[in-house]
Amino acid sequence: MTTATRVAITGGLFVMEGDGSGQLLGGYCDGCKHYHFPCFPSCPYCSAEGCVERRLSPHGRLVLFTSVRNRPPGYHGEVPYGFGIVELPEGIRIVTRLTEADPARLRAGMPVRLVLTAVQTDDQGRDVVSYAFAPEGE
Amino acid sequence: MTGRRMTTSVEIAGVGIHPFGRFADKSVVQMGAEAVRAALKAAAIGRGDFQAAFCGTVYTGVAAGHKVLTALGMSGIPIMNVEAGCASGGAALSLGVEAIRAGRYDCVLVFGMEKMPSGVIRSSFFEPWREQAGLAVNPAYFALRAQRLMLESGVTADHLAQVSVKNHRHGVHNPYAMYRKVFTRADVLGSAMVCPPLTLYMLCAPNEGAAAVVLRRARGEAPGRVMVAAAALRSHLPGSVLGEHTPMSGLCDEAVTSPTALAARAAFEEAGIGIDDVDVVELQDTDSGRELLSYEELGICGKGEAGACLDEGRTEMTGRLPVNPSGGLLSKGEPLGASALGQIVELYWQLRGEAGARQVDGATVALAHTVGRGANACVVILKR
Repeated sequence: MTTATRVAITGGLFVMEGDGSGQLLGGYCDGCKHYHFPCFPSCPYCSAEGCVERRLSPHGRLVLFTSVRNRPPGYHGEVPYGFGIVELPEGIRIVTRLTEADPARLRAGMPVRLVLTAVQTDDQGRDVVSYAFAPEGE
Repeated sequence: MTGRRMTTSVEIAGVGIHPFGRFADKSVVQMGAEAVRAALKAAAIGRGDFQAAFCGTVYTGVAAGHKVLTALGMSGIPIMNVEAGCASGGAALSLGVEAIRAGRYDCVLVFGMEKMPSGVIRSSFFEPWREQAGLAVNPAYFALRAQRLMLESGVTADHLAQVSVKNHRHGVHNPYAMYRKVFTRADVLGSAMVCPPLTLYMLCAPNEGAAAVVLRRARGEAPGRVMVAAAALRSHLPGSVLGEHTPMSGLCDEAVTSPTALAARAAFEEAGIGIDDVDVVELQDTDSGRELLSYEELGICGKGEAGACLDEGRTEMTGRLPVNPSGGLLSKGEPLGASALGQIVELYWQLRGEAGARQVDGATVALAHTVGRGANACVVILKR
Protein backbone atom coordinates (compact mmCIF):
# COMPACT_ATOMS: atom_id res chain seq x y z
CA MET A 1 0.00 0.00 0.00
CA THR A 2 1.66 3.25 -1.08
CA THR A 3 0.62 6.84 -0.62
CA ALA A 4 1.12 7.54 -4.32
CA THR A 5 -2.23 5.99 -5.23
CA ARG A 6 -4.14 7.31 -2.22
CA VAL A 7 -5.85 10.65 -1.94
CA ALA A 8 -7.77 12.01 1.04
CA ILE A 9 -11.55 12.37 0.58
CA THR A 10 -11.21 16.04 1.51
CA GLY A 11 -8.50 18.20 3.03
CA GLY A 12 -8.08 18.92 6.71
CA LEU A 13 -9.76 15.83 8.18
CA PHE A 14 -6.73 13.67 8.87
CA VAL A 15 -3.02 13.14 8.21
CA MET A 16 -1.91 10.08 6.25
CA GLU A 17 1.43 8.45 7.01
CA GLY A 18 3.48 6.51 4.50
CA ASP A 19 2.66 3.20 6.18
CA GLY A 20 -1.08 3.74 5.67
CA SER A 21 -1.79 4.78 9.24
CA GLY A 22 -3.09 8.21 10.14
CA GLN A 23 -4.53 10.55 12.72
CA LEU A 24 -7.64 12.72 12.74
CA LEU A 25 -7.10 16.47 12.95
CA GLY A 26 -9.23 18.06 15.65
CA GLY A 27 -9.57 21.63 16.78
CA TYR A 28 -8.59 22.51 20.35
CA CYS A 29 -9.97 25.50 22.23
CA ASP A 30 -7.68 26.93 24.89
CA GLY A 31 -10.67 28.76 26.37
CA CYS A 32 -12.94 25.83 27.30
CA LYS A 33 -10.26 23.11 26.85
CA HIS A 34 -12.51 21.07 24.57
CA TYR A 35 -11.82 19.40 21.24
CA HIS A 36 -13.98 19.44 18.15
CA PHE A 37 -13.76 17.78 14.72
CA PRO A 38 -13.19 18.78 11.95
CA CYS A 39 -11.03 21.73 13.02
CA PHE A 40 -12.57 25.18 12.74
CA PRO A 41 -11.08 28.48 13.94
CA SER A 42 -14.04 29.25 16.22
CA CYS A 43 -14.98 26.99 19.10
CA PRO A 44 -18.42 25.41 18.51
CA TYR A 45 -18.93 25.01 22.27
CA CYS A 46 -17.89 28.33 23.84
CA SER A 47 -17.61 30.64 20.77
CA ALA A 48 -14.00 31.59 21.51
CA GLU A 49 -11.74 32.36 18.56
CA GLY A 50 -8.28 31.00 17.84
CA CYS A 51 -8.78 27.24 18.05
CA VAL A 52 -5.66 25.35 17.04
CA GLU A 53 -5.29 22.15 15.04
CA ARG A 54 -4.26 19.10 17.09
CA ARG A 55 -3.76 15.47 16.14
CA LEU A 56 -6.29 13.25 17.89
CA SER A 57 -5.55 9.88 19.43
CA PRO A 58 -6.11 7.00 16.99
CA HIS A 59 -7.38 4.82 19.85
CA GLY A 60 -10.80 5.12 21.39
CA ARG A 61 -13.83 3.17 22.57
CA LEU A 62 -17.06 2.43 20.77
CA VAL A 63 -20.12 4.22 22.17
CA LEU A 64 -22.99 3.50 19.76
CA PHE A 65 -23.21 1.59 16.51
CA THR A 66 -25.46 0.47 13.67
CA SER A 67 -24.92 -0.60 10.08
CA VAL A 68 -25.93 0.73 6.71
CA ARG A 69 -27.34 -1.96 4.39
CA ASN A 70 -28.43 0.07 1.36
CA ARG A 71 -26.13 2.43 -0.51
CA PRO A 72 -27.12 5.97 0.55
CA PRO A 73 -27.30 8.83 -1.98
CA GLY A 74 -23.88 10.13 -3.05
CA TYR A 75 -22.04 7.08 -1.70
CA HIS A 76 -20.29 4.75 -4.14
CA GLY A 77 -18.48 2.41 -1.76
CA GLU A 78 -19.33 -1.05 -0.51
CA VAL A 79 -22.35 -2.01 1.59
CA PRO A 80 -23.01 -3.05 4.22
CA TYR A 81 -20.74 -1.00 6.42
CA GLY A 82 -20.71 -0.02 10.07
CA PHE A 83 -21.68 3.42 11.34
CA GLY A 84 -21.26 4.67 14.86
CA ILE A 85 -19.89 6.99 17.48
CA VAL A 86 -16.43 6.60 19.01
CA GLU A 87 -15.09 8.39 22.07
CA LEU A 88 -11.42 9.37 22.07
CA PRO A 89 -9.28 9.94 25.19
CA GLU A 90 -9.43 13.70 24.53
CA GLY A 91 -13.11 13.56 25.53
CA ILE A 92 -14.45 14.08 22.05
CA ARG A 93 -17.03 11.83 20.37
CA ILE A 94 -16.70 11.31 16.62
CA VAL A 95 -19.30 10.21 14.06
CA THR A 96 -17.57 7.57 11.98
CA ARG A 97 -17.71 4.62 9.63
CA LEU A 98 -16.89 1.29 11.27
CA THR A 99 -15.04 -1.45 9.42
CA GLU A 100 -17.25 -4.06 11.10
CA ALA A 101 -20.70 -4.13 9.51
CA ASP A 102 -22.18 -6.82 11.74
CA PRO A 103 -23.61 -5.29 14.94
CA ALA A 104 -23.48 -8.72 16.58
CA ARG A 105 -19.68 -8.46 16.51
CA LEU A 106 -19.66 -5.04 18.16
CA ARG A 107 -20.40 -3.99 21.72
CA ALA A 108 -20.61 -0.65 23.51
CA GLY A 109 -17.33 0.19 25.22
CA MET A 110 -15.09 -2.03 23.11
CA PRO A 111 -11.67 -0.60 22.18
CA VAL A 112 -11.32 0.59 18.58
CA ARG A 113 -8.55 2.16 16.51
CA LEU A 114 -8.47 4.54 13.56
CA VAL A 115 -7.91 3.15 10.08
CA LEU A 116 -7.85 4.92 6.72
CA THR A 117 -9.79 2.99 4.11
CA ALA A 118 -10.68 3.53 0.46
CA VAL A 119 -14.34 4.39 -0.17
CA GLN A 120 -14.12 4.81 -3.95
CA THR A 121 -11.67 5.46 -6.78
CA ASP A 122 -11.50 8.85 -8.47
CA ASP A 123 -11.40 9.60 -12.20
CA GLN A 124 -7.59 9.21 -12.17
CA GLY A 125 -7.84 5.71 -10.70
CA ARG A 126 -6.60 6.77 -7.28
CA ASP A 127 -8.05 5.37 -4.06
CA VAL A 128 -10.17 7.98 -2.30
CA VAL A 129 -9.49 7.47 1.39
CA SER A 130 -11.71 8.26 4.35
CA TYR A 131 -11.46 7.45 8.04
CA ALA A 132 -13.07 4.60 9.92
CA PHE A 133 -12.62 2.78 13.19
CA ALA A 134 -11.88 -0.93 13.53
CA PRO A 135 -12.13 -3.18 16.60
CA GLU A 136 -8.71 -3.18 18.31
CA GLY A 137 -6.66 -6.22 17.36
CA GLU A 138 -8.29 -6.75 13.96
CA MET B 1 -44.01 37.59 25.75
CA THR B 2 -46.92 37.41 28.16
CA GLY B 3 -47.69 41.08 27.77
CA ARG B 4 -48.02 40.80 24.02
CA ARG B 5 -50.16 37.73 24.28
CA MET B 6 -52.54 39.62 26.54
CA THR B 7 -52.90 42.39 23.98
CA THR B 8 -53.42 40.31 20.84
CA SER B 9 -54.60 36.73 20.71
CA VAL B 10 -54.40 34.68 17.54
CA GLU B 11 -57.02 32.23 16.34
CA ILE B 12 -57.22 29.75 13.50
CA ALA B 13 -59.80 30.88 10.97
CA GLY B 14 -59.63 27.79 8.77
CA VAL B 15 -57.44 24.91 7.66
CA GLY B 16 -56.88 22.95 4.46
CA ILE B 17 -54.87 19.91 3.47
CA HIS B 18 -53.83 18.09 0.35
CA PRO B 19 -53.45 14.36 1.11
CA PHE B 20 -49.94 13.13 1.90
CA GLY B 21 -48.77 10.43 -0.52
CA ARG B 22 -47.47 10.03 -4.06
CA PHE B 23 -49.01 12.07 -6.86
CA ALA B 24 -47.01 11.49 -10.04
CA ASP B 25 -49.17 13.74 -12.21
CA LYS B 26 -49.35 16.68 -9.84
CA SER B 27 -46.86 19.50 -9.35
CA VAL B 28 -45.89 20.72 -5.91
CA VAL B 29 -47.38 24.12 -6.81
CA GLN B 30 -50.70 22.48 -7.61
CA MET B 31 -50.75 20.64 -4.29
CA GLY B 32 -49.89 23.85 -2.42
CA ALA B 33 -52.61 25.73 -4.29
CA GLU B 34 -55.23 23.09 -3.43
CA ALA B 35 -54.38 23.23 0.28
CA VAL B 36 -54.48 27.05 0.24
CA ARG B 37 -57.84 27.06 -1.58
CA ALA B 38 -59.27 24.63 0.99
CA ALA B 39 -58.05 26.71 3.95
CA LEU B 40 -59.36 29.99 2.49
CA LYS B 41 -62.70 28.34 1.80
CA ALA B 42 -62.90 26.99 5.34
CA ALA B 43 -62.09 30.47 6.67
CA ALA B 44 -64.67 31.95 4.28
CA ILE B 45 -62.18 34.46 2.92
CA GLY B 46 -60.53 35.13 -0.43
CA ARG B 47 -58.00 37.28 -2.24
CA GLY B 48 -57.41 40.56 -0.46
CA ASP B 49 -58.55 39.27 2.92
CA PHE B 50 -55.07 38.27 4.18
CA GLN B 51 -52.18 40.70 4.33
CA ALA B 52 -49.17 38.39 4.29
CA ALA B 53 -48.24 34.80 3.52
CA PHE B 54 -45.61 32.51 5.08
CA CYS B 55 -44.62 29.38 3.17
CA GLY B 56 -42.64 26.47 4.64
CA THR B 57 -40.78 24.21 2.24
CA VAL B 58 -37.35 22.59 1.93
CA TYR B 59 -37.03 21.11 -1.55
CA THR B 60 -39.25 23.35 -3.70
CA GLY B 61 -36.52 25.84 -4.53
CA VAL B 62 -36.54 29.54 -5.24
CA ALA B 63 -39.71 31.57 -4.54
CA ALA B 64 -41.81 28.50 -3.72
CA GLY B 65 -44.60 30.35 -1.93
CA HIS B 66 -44.65 32.99 -4.64
CA LYS B 67 -45.28 30.33 -7.28
CA VAL B 68 -48.35 29.05 -5.42
CA LEU B 69 -49.87 32.50 -4.88
CA THR B 70 -48.97 33.50 -8.45
CA ALA B 71 -50.91 30.51 -9.73
CA LEU B 72 -53.86 31.54 -7.55
CA GLY B 73 -53.71 35.20 -8.62
CA MET B 74 -53.16 36.19 -5.00
CA SER B 75 -49.74 37.87 -5.09
CA GLY B 76 -48.95 41.48 -4.26
CA ILE B 77 -48.77 40.98 -0.49
CA PRO B 78 -45.50 40.10 1.27
CA ILE B 79 -44.71 36.40 0.78
CA MET B 80 -42.01 34.88 2.97
CA ASN B 81 -40.45 31.49 2.28
CA VAL B 82 -39.16 29.63 5.31
CA GLU B 83 -36.83 26.64 5.48
CA ALA B 84 -36.38 25.01 8.87
CA GLY B 85 -36.02 21.33 7.97
CA CYS B 86 -38.78 19.12 9.36
CA ALA B 87 -40.03 22.11 11.37
CA SER B 88 -40.42 24.40 8.32
CA GLY B 89 -44.21 24.59 8.62
CA GLY B 90 -43.93 25.25 12.35
CA ALA B 91 -41.41 28.03 11.73
CA ALA B 92 -43.75 29.59 9.15
CA LEU B 93 -46.64 29.35 11.63
CA SER B 94 -44.66 30.95 14.44
CA LEU B 95 -43.73 33.88 12.17
CA GLY B 96 -47.37 34.35 11.22
CA VAL B 97 -48.48 34.25 14.85
CA GLU B 98 -45.81 36.76 15.89
CA ALA B 99 -46.70 39.11 13.04
CA ILE B 100 -50.34 39.22 14.13
CA ARG B 101 -49.45 39.58 17.81
CA ALA B 102 -47.15 42.46 16.90
CA GLY B 103 -50.13 44.19 15.33
CA ARG B 104 -48.61 44.11 11.87
CA TYR B 105 -51.44 42.15 10.23
CA ASP B 106 -55.01 41.13 11.03
CA CYS B 107 -54.99 37.97 8.95
CA VAL B 108 -52.19 35.87 7.44
CA LEU B 109 -51.97 32.73 5.36
CA VAL B 110 -49.51 30.02 6.43
CA PHE B 111 -48.90 27.07 4.15
CA GLY B 112 -46.33 24.42 3.35
CA MET B 113 -45.78 21.85 0.64
CA GLU B 114 -43.28 19.33 -0.60
CA LYS B 115 -42.65 16.85 -3.38
CA MET B 116 -39.80 14.55 -2.40
CA PRO B 117 -38.07 11.66 -4.13
CA SER B 118 -38.60 8.26 -2.48
CA GLY B 119 -35.99 6.54 -0.38
CA VAL B 120 -33.38 8.03 1.91
CA ILE B 121 -33.59 11.82 1.81
CA ARG B 122 -30.70 13.47 -0.02
CA SER B 123 -29.95 16.81 1.58
CA SER B 124 -27.75 19.70 0.46
CA PHE B 125 -27.03 20.00 4.19
CA PHE B 126 -24.30 17.38 3.79
CA GLU B 127 -21.05 18.32 2.04
CA PRO B 128 -20.22 15.98 -0.91
CA TRP B 129 -17.38 14.34 1.05
CA ARG B 130 -19.79 13.34 3.82
CA GLU B 131 -21.99 11.63 1.25
CA GLN B 132 -18.98 9.94 -0.38
CA ALA B 133 -17.73 8.78 3.03
CA GLY B 134 -21.08 7.14 3.75
CA LEU B 135 -21.73 9.49 6.67
CA ALA B 136 -24.82 11.26 5.23
CA VAL B 137 -27.37 8.62 6.20
CA ASN B 138 -30.38 9.92 8.11
CA PRO B 139 -31.71 6.51 9.24
CA ALA B 140 -28.28 5.65 10.66
CA TYR B 141 -28.43 8.69 12.94
CA PHE B 142 -31.98 7.72 13.93
CA ALA B 143 -30.72 4.20 14.66
CA LEU B 144 -28.00 5.47 16.99
CA ARG B 145 -30.57 7.51 18.95
CA ALA B 146 -32.81 4.45 19.14
CA GLN B 147 -29.88 2.37 20.36
CA ARG B 148 -29.18 4.91 23.09
CA LEU B 149 -32.84 4.65 24.20
CA MET B 150 -32.43 0.88 24.32
CA LEU B 151 -29.33 1.25 26.48
CA GLU B 152 -30.74 3.91 28.80
CA SER B 153 -34.54 3.92 28.76
CA GLY B 154 -35.55 0.29 28.91
CA VAL B 155 -36.67 0.44 25.30
CA THR B 156 -36.71 -2.85 23.38
CA ALA B 157 -37.13 -3.73 19.71
CA ASP B 158 -40.71 -4.69 20.67
CA HIS B 159 -41.33 -1.14 21.90
CA LEU B 160 -40.03 0.26 18.64
CA ALA B 161 -42.40 -2.03 16.76
CA GLN B 162 -45.29 -1.15 19.07
CA VAL B 163 -45.01 2.58 18.25
CA SER B 164 -45.45 1.78 14.58
CA VAL B 165 -48.35 -0.60 15.33
CA LYS B 166 -50.08 2.09 17.43
CA ASN B 167 -49.70 4.87 14.88
CA HIS B 168 -50.75 2.72 11.94
CA ARG B 169 -53.82 1.61 13.91
CA HIS B 170 -54.74 5.30 14.18
CA GLY B 171 -53.80 6.08 10.58
CA VAL B 172 -56.33 3.63 9.21
CA HIS B 173 -58.99 6.23 9.99
CA ASN B 174 -57.16 9.16 8.34
CA PRO B 175 -58.22 9.77 4.73
CA TYR B 176 -55.22 12.09 4.26
CA ALA B 177 -52.63 9.47 5.25
CA MET B 178 -50.42 7.58 2.77
CA TYR B 179 -50.51 4.19 4.50
CA ARG B 180 -53.90 3.17 5.87
CA LYS B 181 -53.12 -0.35 6.94
CA VAL B 182 -52.96 -2.18 10.26
CA PHE B 183 -49.61 -3.83 11.00
CA THR B 184 -48.78 -6.37 13.67
CA ARG B 185 -45.63 -6.27 15.75
CA ALA B 186 -44.40 -9.27 13.75
CA ASP B 187 -45.01 -7.36 10.48
CA VAL B 188 -42.96 -4.42 11.72
CA LEU B 189 -40.13 -6.52 13.18
CA GLY B 190 -40.10 -8.72 10.09
CA SER B 191 -39.91 -5.89 7.56
CA ALA B 192 -36.57 -5.18 5.88
CA MET B 193 -33.77 -4.18 8.27
CA VAL B 194 -32.62 -0.68 7.32
CA CYS B 195 -30.20 0.33 10.09
CA PRO B 196 -30.37 -1.88 13.21
CA PRO B 197 -32.45 -1.66 15.35
CA LEU B 198 -34.72 0.15 12.87
CA THR B 199 -36.68 -1.81 10.29
CA LEU B 200 -38.45 -0.33 7.27
CA TYR B 201 -41.85 -0.10 8.99
CA MET B 202 -40.30 1.80 11.90
CA LEU B 203 -39.31 4.63 9.55
CA CYS B 204 -41.59 7.21 7.96
CA ALA B 205 -41.50 7.72 4.21
CA PRO B 206 -40.55 11.08 2.70
CA ASN B 207 -43.41 11.87 0.31
CA GLU B 208 -45.61 14.62 -1.15
CA GLY B 209 -48.39 16.82 0.12
CA ALA B 210 -49.44 20.25 1.33
CA ALA B 211 -51.27 21.90 4.21
CA ALA B 212 -52.49 25.43 4.94
CA VAL B 213 -53.73 27.39 7.94
CA VAL B 214 -55.39 30.82 8.03
CA LEU B 215 -54.54 32.82 11.15
CA ARG B 216 -56.29 35.96 12.32
CA ARG B 217 -56.46 38.33 15.24
CA ALA B 218 -59.02 36.85 17.64
CA ARG B 219 -62.23 38.80 17.95
CA GLY B 220 -65.18 38.21 20.23
CA GLU B 221 -66.24 34.77 21.34
CA ALA B 222 -67.30 32.10 18.91
CA PRO B 223 -68.28 28.47 19.51
CA GLY B 224 -65.59 26.03 18.36
CA ARG B 225 -62.97 28.73 18.22
CA VAL B 226 -59.37 27.42 18.24
CA MET B 227 -56.68 29.73 19.61
CA VAL B 228 -52.94 29.50 19.09
CA ALA B 229 -51.77 29.65 22.71
CA ALA B 230 -48.09 29.26 21.83
CA ALA B 231 -45.80 28.69 18.87
CA ALA B 232 -42.15 28.32 19.88
CA LEU B 233 -39.22 27.58 17.58
CA ARG B 234 -35.79 26.71 18.95
CA SER B 235 -32.47 25.44 17.61
CA HIS B 236 -29.92 23.21 19.34
CA LEU B 237 -27.43 24.02 22.05
CA PRO B 238 -23.83 22.94 21.34
CA GLY B 239 -22.26 19.76 22.62
CA SER B 240 -24.43 16.78 21.75
CA VAL B 241 -22.97 14.46 19.12
CA LEU B 242 -26.39 12.84 18.57
CA GLY B 243 -28.27 16.12 18.16
CA GLU B 244 -30.53 16.75 15.19
CA HIS B 245 -27.94 19.20 13.88
CA THR B 246 -26.04 16.00 12.95
CA PRO B 247 -22.52 17.28 13.68
CA MET B 248 -19.34 15.32 12.95
CA SER B 249 -18.38 15.41 16.60
CA GLY B 250 -19.54 16.41 20.06
CA LEU B 251 -18.74 16.05 23.72
CA CYS B 252 -21.55 13.78 24.82
CA ASP B 253 -24.67 12.10 23.50
CA GLU B 254 -27.03 13.43 26.15
CA ALA B 255 -26.91 15.89 29.08
CA VAL B 256 -27.43 18.83 26.74
CA THR B 257 -31.00 20.17 26.80
CA SER B 258 -32.49 19.19 23.43
CA PRO B 259 -34.09 21.69 21.03
CA THR B 260 -37.40 19.87 21.60
CA ALA B 261 -37.14 20.41 25.36
CA LEU B 262 -36.19 24.05 24.82
CA ALA B 263 -39.14 24.65 22.50
CA ALA B 264 -41.53 22.81 24.82
CA ARG B 265 -40.39 24.84 27.82
CA ALA B 266 -40.87 28.09 25.89
CA ALA B 267 -44.27 27.01 24.57
CA PHE B 268 -45.59 25.96 27.99
CA GLU B 269 -44.42 29.25 29.46
CA GLU B 270 -46.03 31.20 26.62
CA ALA B 271 -49.33 29.31 27.03
CA GLY B 272 -49.21 29.34 30.82
CA ILE B 273 -49.87 25.60 31.04
CA GLY B 274 -47.97 22.35 31.53
CA ILE B 275 -47.93 18.95 29.82
CA ASP B 276 -50.55 17.68 32.33
CA ASP B 277 -53.04 20.15 30.84
CA VAL B 278 -52.67 18.73 27.34
CA ASP B 279 -55.34 16.35 25.99
CA VAL B 280 -53.91 15.29 22.64
CA VAL B 281 -50.48 15.37 20.98
CA GLU B 282 -49.18 15.14 17.43
CA LEU B 283 -45.43 14.64 17.55
CA GLN B 284 -42.45 13.93 15.30
CA ASP B 285 -42.37 10.18 14.66
CA THR B 286 -39.81 10.25 11.85
CA ASP B 287 -38.96 6.85 13.25
CA SER B 288 -40.35 4.82 16.14
CA GLY B 289 -37.43 5.72 18.37
CA ARG B 290 -38.00 9.43 17.71
CA GLU B 291 -41.56 9.15 19.11
CA LEU B 292 -40.27 7.54 22.32
CA LEU B 293 -37.49 10.12 22.65
CA SER B 294 -40.10 12.86 22.23
CA TYR B 295 -42.10 11.41 25.16
CA GLU B 296 -39.10 12.13 27.39
CA GLU B 297 -38.14 15.46 25.84
CA LEU B 298 -41.70 16.85 25.96
CA GLY B 299 -42.17 15.64 29.54
CA ILE B 300 -44.93 13.14 28.70
CA CYS B 301 -42.87 10.80 30.86
CA GLY B 302 -39.67 11.11 32.85
CA LYS B 303 -36.17 10.44 31.59
CA GLY B 304 -35.66 6.73 31.10
CA GLU B 305 -39.39 5.97 31.22
CA ALA B 306 -40.32 5.98 27.51
CA GLY B 307 -40.66 2.20 27.28
CA ALA B 308 -42.77 1.99 30.43
CA CYS B 309 -44.92 4.90 29.24
CA LEU B 310 -45.75 3.01 26.06
CA ASP B 311 -46.36 -0.25 27.98
CA GLU B 312 -48.87 1.48 30.26
CA GLY B 313 -50.85 2.58 27.19
CA ARG B 314 -50.69 6.22 28.26
CA THR B 315 -50.29 7.39 24.65
CA GLU B 316 -52.92 5.09 23.11
CA MET B 317 -56.27 6.51 21.97
CA THR B 318 -57.73 5.13 25.20
CA GLY B 319 -54.88 6.42 27.34
CA ARG B 320 -54.39 9.55 29.40
CA LEU B 321 -52.66 11.43 26.55
CA PRO B 322 -53.26 10.06 23.04
CA VAL B 323 -50.24 10.63 20.79
CA ASN B 324 -50.51 10.85 17.01
CA PRO B 325 -54.22 10.13 16.51
CA SER B 326 -53.68 11.11 12.85
CA GLY B 327 -51.46 8.06 12.45
CA GLY B 328 -48.35 10.23 12.71
CA LEU B 329 -45.70 10.57 10.05
CA LEU B 330 -45.35 6.77 10.09
CA SER B 331 -48.82 6.57 8.50
CA LYS B 332 -48.98 9.89 6.70
CA GLY B 333 -45.44 10.08 5.39
CA GLU B 334 -43.39 13.23 5.75
CA PRO B 335 -43.58 15.97 3.13
CA LEU B 336 -41.11 18.19 5.01
CA GLY B 337 -42.62 21.63 4.45
CA ALA B 338 -46.19 20.38 4.96
CA SER B 339 -45.82 17.95 7.85
CA ALA B 340 -45.87 20.44 10.74
CA LEU B 341 -48.94 22.19 9.35
CA GLY B 342 -50.56 18.80 8.76
CA GLN B 343 -50.35 18.35 12.53
CA ILE B 344 -52.05 21.71 13.06
CA VAL B 345 -54.84 20.73 10.66
CA GLU B 346 -55.38 17.48 12.57
CA LEU B 347 -55.37 19.14 15.98
CA TYR B 348 -57.73 21.91 14.82
CA TRP B 349 -60.20 19.19 13.84
CA GLN B 350 -59.57 17.33 17.12
CA LEU B 351 -60.33 20.44 19.18
CA ARG B 352 -63.51 21.10 17.20
CA GLY B 353 -64.68 17.48 17.52
CA GLU B 354 -64.42 17.02 13.75
CA ALA B 355 -61.84 14.21 13.64
CA GLY B 356 -64.33 11.41 12.98
CA ALA B 357 -63.27 7.87 13.92
CA ARG B 358 -59.94 9.13 15.31
CA GLN B 359 -61.52 11.75 17.59
CA VAL B 360 -60.06 12.15 21.08
CA ASP B 361 -63.18 12.82 23.12
CA GLY B 362 -63.47 16.19 24.79
CA ALA B 363 -60.02 17.46 23.81
CA THR B 364 -59.60 21.15 24.62
CA VAL B 365 -55.80 21.56 24.66
CA ALA B 366 -53.54 20.17 21.94
CA LEU B 367 -49.78 20.12 21.38
CA ALA B 368 -47.93 19.78 18.07
CA HIS B 369 -44.21 18.98 17.90
CA THR B 370 -41.73 18.83 15.05
CA VAL B 371 -37.95 18.47 15.13
CA GLY B 372 -35.32 17.89 12.50
CA ARG B 373 -32.52 19.24 10.38
CA GLY B 374 -30.94 22.43 11.61
CA ALA B 375 -31.52 21.56 14.31
CA ASN B 376 -34.98 23.06 14.45
CA ALA B 377 -37.68 22.14 16.93
CA CYS B 378 -41.13 23.70 17.05
CA VAL B 379 -43.82 23.22 19.67
CA VAL B 380 -47.28 24.68 19.05
CA ILE B 381 -50.07 24.68 21.63
CA LEU B 382 -53.67 25.08 20.52
CA LYS B 383 -56.60 25.70 22.85
CA ARG B 384 -60.32 25.63 22.34
